[in-house]
Amino acid sequence: MDLGALFGSPDNFISYTMGGIVFGAIYALVALGYTMVYGVLQLINFAHSEVFMFGTFAVAWVFVFLHGTDSAEWGLMHALPALLLALVVAMVVSAAIALLLERVAYRPLINKNAPKLIALISAIGASFALSEAMGLRDRFARWVGLEDNLADYVSPEKARDVYVNPVDIKPHGLFDVAGFTLTDVDLLIICAALLMMVGLDQLIRRTRLGRGIRAVAQDPESAALMGVNSTRVVQVTFLIGGLMAGAAATLYMMKIGSTRQNAGFILGVKAFTAAVMGGIGNLRGALLGGLVLGVMENWGSAVFGAQWKDVVAFVLLVLILLVRPSGLLGESLGKARA
Amino acid sequence: MTTTKLSRIALAILVGLLFYALPLIRPPFLTTNEIDFGGVMFQVAAFALVALGLNIVIGYAGLLDLGYVGFYACGAYTTGVLTSEHWHWPFLLALPIAIAVTMVTGVILGAPTLRVRGDYLAIVTLGFGEIIRICVKNVEWLGASAGISNIPHPPNVGPGPRPPFDKGGLFEIPRLQWDGIVPSLDHVHTTRFLVFGATDATPYYWLLLTALLLVLLGDRMIKASRVGRAWEATREDEDAAELMGVPTFKYKLMAFALGAAIGGLSGAFFASGQGGYISPDSFPLLLSMLFVAAVIVGGSGNRWGAIAGGALVAYLPERFREFADYRLLVFGLALTVLAIFRPEGLMPPRRTRRAKKAKEQIEALEEGDVEEEATHA
Repeated sequence: MDLGALFGSPDNFISYTMGGIVFGAIYALVALGYTMVYGVLQLINFAHSEVFMFGTFAVAWVFVFLHGTDSAEWGLMHALPALLLALVVAMVVSAAIALLLERVAYRPLINKNAPKLIALISAIGASFALSEAMGLRDRFARWVGLEDNLADYVSPEKARDVYVNPVDIKPHGLFDVAGFTLTDVDLLIICAALLMMVGLDQLIRRTRLGRGIRAVAQDPESAALMGVNSTRVVQVTFLIGGLMAGAAATLYMMKIGSTRQNAGFILGVKAFTAAVMGGIGNLRGALLGGLVLGVMENWGSAVFGAQWKDVVAFVLLVLILLVRPSGLLGESLGKARA
Repeated sequence: MTTTKLSRIALAILVGLLFYALPLIRPPFLTTNEIDFGGVMFQVAAFALVALGLNIVIGYAGLLDLGYVGFYACGAYTTGVLTSEHWHWPFLLALPIAIAVTMVTGVILGAPTLRVRGDYLAIVTLGFGEIIRICVKNVEWLGASAGISNIPHPPNVGPGPRPPFDKGGLFEIPRLQWDGIVPSLDHVHTTRFLVFGATDATPYYWLLLTALLLVLLGDRMIKASRVGRAWEATREDEDAAELMGVPTFKYKLMAFALGAAIGGLSGAFFASGQGGYISPDSFPLLLSMLFVAAVIVGGSGNRWGAIAGGALVAYLPERFREFADYRLLVFGLALTVLAIFRPEGLMPPRRTRRAKKAKEQIEALEEGDVEEEATHA
């Protein structure tokens, strides 16, 4: 097959692949939230997309706070301290939302041992509510009388529209790979995502906490008998998912630069697809699934046109599930491999 | 014995008539003031019908389908293409074709995907719903993002309207208007029997309600049949059912196809509704979530629960339009609260209630034993 003909030119092939990897890394980080919760509770954490969405807003808010609303263009080196602060804030905000979600929408149902489906409905409700709450943030600010002070943050009159990070992080080319210029922003995104994945993987495999998570994932009752506090483990699972979503939100804002109250939905669906593709409940599967999804859908959009990107992603998912019914790497948070 | 049965039938007919008359009675408090009540009732009936179809898939066969909107769209688009976009078939001819096409789509989708289990099915169906939407958005032949307009209405009964003065139909039905709790006849806003026009949504509601009743009857028969029992066995324990000789795959596929057909039916009615217009934006993925929410909130596995859930999910946001911008927020919170306080749904099926009772009894017995042992010791 002549790749050059399919993609316009061989250079395009490389650039589409690299773009796919960058997005795949972000998908993978969000997918972790789905996969961890599924591994431990066998629940689809439908509201995880809103956890991510709150993170993206946190990043934009940090830049508005530091810089104001005039648009500017910063190099990566110049923006690095602000980015680190944004990373921390986004992780805290996302983790807080994830914990809130666990406390309000999930724990009462887990305690009642309710059917799994009803937890999905509870999560769908929470997802609606969180997304709407972000879209109505100007009203809440008005209620507490801080409308004028917070105007830059709540953007009254267009709270439901796109919210832009005023600071555009300008990528610089580092070196050329076969005609494609790798930028520092892309490199940072890929490295940061990989680093976090490896760190989490080691945490689950090696620490006492990770052992607890794996134990609950394998057999909650036995784990409880062995003295594992399963409520705590569930909390920690949501916390980790939230932290990763916050990190993903920071990377996403570096690349895209704007967000809105429903920005999480499609990205969440994609991330969940990535998790299933790799084998839900499997951390390495989430990474692999994210990268495969990101690259394949980018190739798909190159070959068939950008409007068919999502179709390629879902058809690919169906094909993979037909050949490997439990995902590329299988489901295994509980098993030693994870 | 027979008299009780007779009276029950009479009561059922009365309640049915009441539902038919709802948009004419316009009961205070229930009626939506800011938006045409007949139109709201049409939507309520459409949601109830969809929920009834999805209930077969989720409630009876236990297959989580997050892309049901795909079937809805499939039925609507088949109708649109056949009656307006490329051919000019009459609605009644297009309707069975739309149902058949959707059913075939259900089988084509189900055959490969029903082999994957549980939650994987959820994401695959979700993807399918999205694929359908993107396809209709990008394929020129299906009207692309402009959608399909001028879809013909169902045929009138009696003479058609001859503007500007003759509104057509066989006769005229006045509706009530309320002053506080005092009703009076409103002779200005009348419903012509039976004209499917652009001004009055009530005839569409009647048509849909009739379809709903027919589907309900079929649903009742199939649930009580061998097929219904096979679904139940498959849902409760697939392996055990397979061992007992139930061809689970075949029955799952059947549930999927039937559910799809009902989705297609309601889609066809939606397409030929008052506006006669469909576009890709009429079928967002979120609608699928609402459908699932309707079934589960109502009580998955109970046909009345599904209908009530569907009605509720469609009705509440319209009734509380005063909240305007807040209504989705309130709706989301209400879903969560409902899930937490009624985990079995508003109307759990009899089987679930029995199982719960039995479990409580067993638990009480076990605890009793412990107490007994304690006293013996």
